[in-house]
Amino acid sequence: MSQHHAENKEPLVHLSKRPAIHPVKGALIRLIAILLGLVVCGLVAFLLIEKVREKPEKIWDFYNAFIKGSFSTPRKFWKFLRSTAILLGIALALTPAFRMRFWNTGAEGQTLVGVLGAIAVDFYLGGKIPELLLLILMLLAALLCGAVWGVIPALCKAKWNTNETLFTLMMNYVATFLVSYFLVIWVPNGSSSLPKMKFGKLPAIGGNDYLLIILVILALTIALYIYLNYSKHGYEINVVGESVRTAQYVGISVPKVIIRTMILSGMLCGLVGYLIAAGLDQTVTTNSVGGQGFTAIMVSWLGKFNPLFMILTSGLIQLLNQGAAQISQDFNVSGALPAVVTGIILFFIIGCEFFINYELHFRGRHARGKAAKEGVK
Amino acid sequence: MEKELALQMRGITKRFGSVVANDHVDLDVYQGEILAILGENGCGKTTLMNMISGIYFPDEGQIFVDGQEVVIRSPKDAFRHGIGMIHQHFKLVDLFTAAENIVLGVEEEGRYNLKTVNEKVGALANKYGFHLDPQKKIYDMSVSEKQTVEIIKVLYRGADILILDEPTAVLTPQEISRLFDVLRRMKADGKSIIIITHKLNEVLEVSDRVAILRKGEHIATVNTRDTNEAQLTEMMVGKKVSLNIDRTEPKDAAPRLMVKGLNLDNSEGLHVLKDVSFTAYGGEILGIAGIAGSGQRELLESIAGLQPLKSGEIIFRNPKKDRPVTFFHKSMKRVKELGAQGAFHDQDMRPVSFDGMSTAAIRRWVESGDVLFKEDEIINLRNKTPLEIRELGVRLSFVPEDRLGMGLVGSMGITDNMMLRSYRKGPGGFLDRKKPRALADEIIHDLEVVTPGVNTPVRRLSGGNVQKVLVGREIAFAPKVLMAAYPVRGLDINSSYTIYHLLNKQKENGVAVIFVGEDLDVLLELCDRILVINSGAVTGIVDARAATKEEIGLLMTKTEPIRKEDA
Repeated sequence: MSQHHAENKEPLVHLSKRPAIHPVKGALIRLIAILLGLVVCGLVAFLLIEKVREKPEKIWDFYNAFIKGSFSTPRKFWKFLRSTAILLGIALALTPAFRMRFWNTGAEGQTLVGVLGAIAVDFYLGGKIPELLLLILMLLAALLCGAVWGVIPALCKAKWNTNETLFTLMMNYVATFLVSYFLVIWVPNGSSSLPKMKFGKLPAIGGNDYLLIILVILALTIALYIYLNYSKHGYEINVVGESVRTAQYVGISVPKVIIRTMILSGMLCGLVGYLIAAGLDQTVTTNSVGGQGFTAIMVSWLGKFNPLFMILTSGLIQLLNQGAAQISQDFNVSGALPAVVTGIILFFIIGCEFFINYELHFRGRHARGKAAKEGVK
Repeated sequence: MEKELALQMRGITKRFGSVVANDHVDLDVYQGEILAILGENGCGKTTLMNMISGIYFPDEGQIFVDGQEVVIRSPKDAFRHGIGMIHQHFKLVDLFTAAENIVLGVEEEGRYNLKTVNEKVGALANKYGFHLDPQKKIYDMSVSEKQTVEIIKVLYRGADILILDEPTAVLTPQEISRLFDVLRRMKADGKSIIIITHKLNEVLEVSDRVAILRKGEHIATVNTRDTNEAQLTEMMVGKKVSLNIDRTEPKDAAPRLMVKGLNLDNSEGLHVLKDVSFTAYGGEILGIAGIAGSGQRELLESIAGLQPLKSGEIIFRNPKKDRPVTFFHKSMKRVKELGAQGAFHDQDMRPVSFDGMSTAAIRRWVESGDVLFKEDEIINLRNKTPLEIRELGVRLSFVPEDRLGMGLVGSMGITDNMMLRSYRKGPGGFLDRKKPRALADEIIHDLEVVTPGVNTPVRRLSGGNVQKVLVGREIAFAPKVLMAAYPVRGLDINSSYTIYHLLNKQKENGVAVIFVGEDLDVLLELCDRILVINSGAVTGIVDARAATKEEIGLLMTKTEPIRKEDA
């Protein structure tokens, strides 16, 4: 046994799970993570951007771009608010499902069919019926389409216990092709690009095209917060998400909750689709949602499925997006570099959750503690 | 000192966050002795042993094996120093034979030859008196046989120091005494055996010395022959505890729950309940004894409406409800007779008298529906969902075995857990947290639940406090039938007695209590009758005041497991 003696050394680092973390400490860790992420981005910028390499003081312009991207002009600021609102809206739609541990990865498709439904009504009825009625019918169509897209995987999950993650993911592709199909029918010249609709446009409040969208999403945030935390439905969602067996034990019908919640989740995606269709684009393309259905998954997770926190996380992600675009413009670099920068910062933000959940113990620290203790004796 | 030291621990400390699991523990183990480590749950017994067997690494302190200081970083290191641990949960490959499991992961010189392995395993088993067929597959084995495989696995690797973590928890009394014989033989062979347990009688029976841990500290090590149950308990708990459970005679025991010919198949088509019949009376505690996994969980879940039955009836008699008298099932003559006997009353509970009334007047009065009588309501719970059962007015409470996975929601606070059964009440779509909050405060106060606040997730509470919350909620709904599955599993002595007293109180209130337990001593002391279940069939219902442990042990193992018939 003694021959092993020399090699026996204490491990350098060992981990232990934190029981609970003080909110201030948690916030501090997250802040440090963002700062570290920015430092690493700076290094990347220094290595890859010629302008910065030549004049190192330009690095401040690089950091400043994140602020500039969203706040330098009123137009950029309103764009920031609008895009944050849309992203937040989709994330809100996902949250009831996520709280139920139903991993809905189909927000992209559910939102897209919402856009498609609204535009379809607009395409066939626009100009033939009063504008207000048109807008209402467009809304109903969008809600219905989103709900149908959401409830199909839920029905299969409730009936045959299919995997909802794959199912909802595949439904995204079906939605995309569905849009392509209609574009072929609607656009006879074969360009598949549908011109902007003349009718069915949401009114601008005080001359601002985006204000209505922002207000709707803000109201939705508060309503969903109340629904999830203070309603009987919200309570059932939390119980099912935590333990299906507990739900059965107290007599909650799990399939019913899954189906009801996915109808809601899909309908809210449809609502955002309606806002995109009637409030912004006035048309539909296969890229109408532009991947925000996937980004929203991250917004919801980072916001810990709390609608109020999600205001912050969606804002942060939009800030990074617009900052990246600004960098691309200011430093005349390709779009790939800003994507790298965004990725690095998100990596740090998500990675720091590890340090929030676990504590590291380094070798030798306890030995000092022991010495101190003996010193007291 | 006659005997040589096998293992020494000096100043071993382990912290988990702010919790100190072991605080400067010094412990000696000699060669050829059985050392029992005794302590309540959460006192750091298992943590301490995990540090010797390489699962955790101590924050401070030294470990010596045969006088040499060693550092144990992994189970492999532990084996190199001759230390082997037999965990509470077995780690075996079901499809392999005993011998294949035993050699798994052993690095030996030469070619792998199953025949020599079988011989070696057989020889080891014979040496210590185990009954084991090396070529038997694990899935064909009983719990006790699996444990034997685990022990031989450790011996095969040349362990001189064996640690057994709660080895008797899953065994019948007969199997326990066989295990103890084997341990004594190993001791005679010079092995050091450390046995973790919280059962005092076993400590006194098998060990040479007892080390008592309390709240992570090593309180004392005493020679077993110089001590007794009371002294050990006092050291373990830190204060004197009365170990008596008051058992009152059941009074006006009335049939409350009648289970008739219950059959249940699980999802794999195996019969988990076979023709189970029994009656539970209000005002008594019916114990259910059996080896773990004999169908206890399925039986309670069937009654609670969580399992779809194959056949059988579950009849609930709701005691004495006011019902209007009708002529449909009572003739005029019978009504007059019963009225004269004072069997009827009105809505204000005043006795009804028909004296001097004409037949027509009596008829008018009865037909108005104001003449009431008491009648038991008979409800069949078969194939009803938990919600339907509750809507029928059946007050059936159920404390499931899996507290956080079934009875409570771990991430919610006490208030939100109080609403689990009642949140639907009240109009509108919103929750009313006022009453649950008041109930939460009441339970915290009455049952002395230790929690930072009513909204602290119950997952963060200790096992005993979690159980108090669950039992408290189930009792708060004034049940007529209370089913509790292993309600004291993992609880320390004080919390266990709190639970026993709560169950006793329910019994005195006329509730039919069904108590599934694993500790036969407790079952015999607490219950009025004990139903013994074995492989899903009832093998006997005995009077707990007259039965013995051995008798119940025999009933627990009476027939062979069914899977043999299938094979």
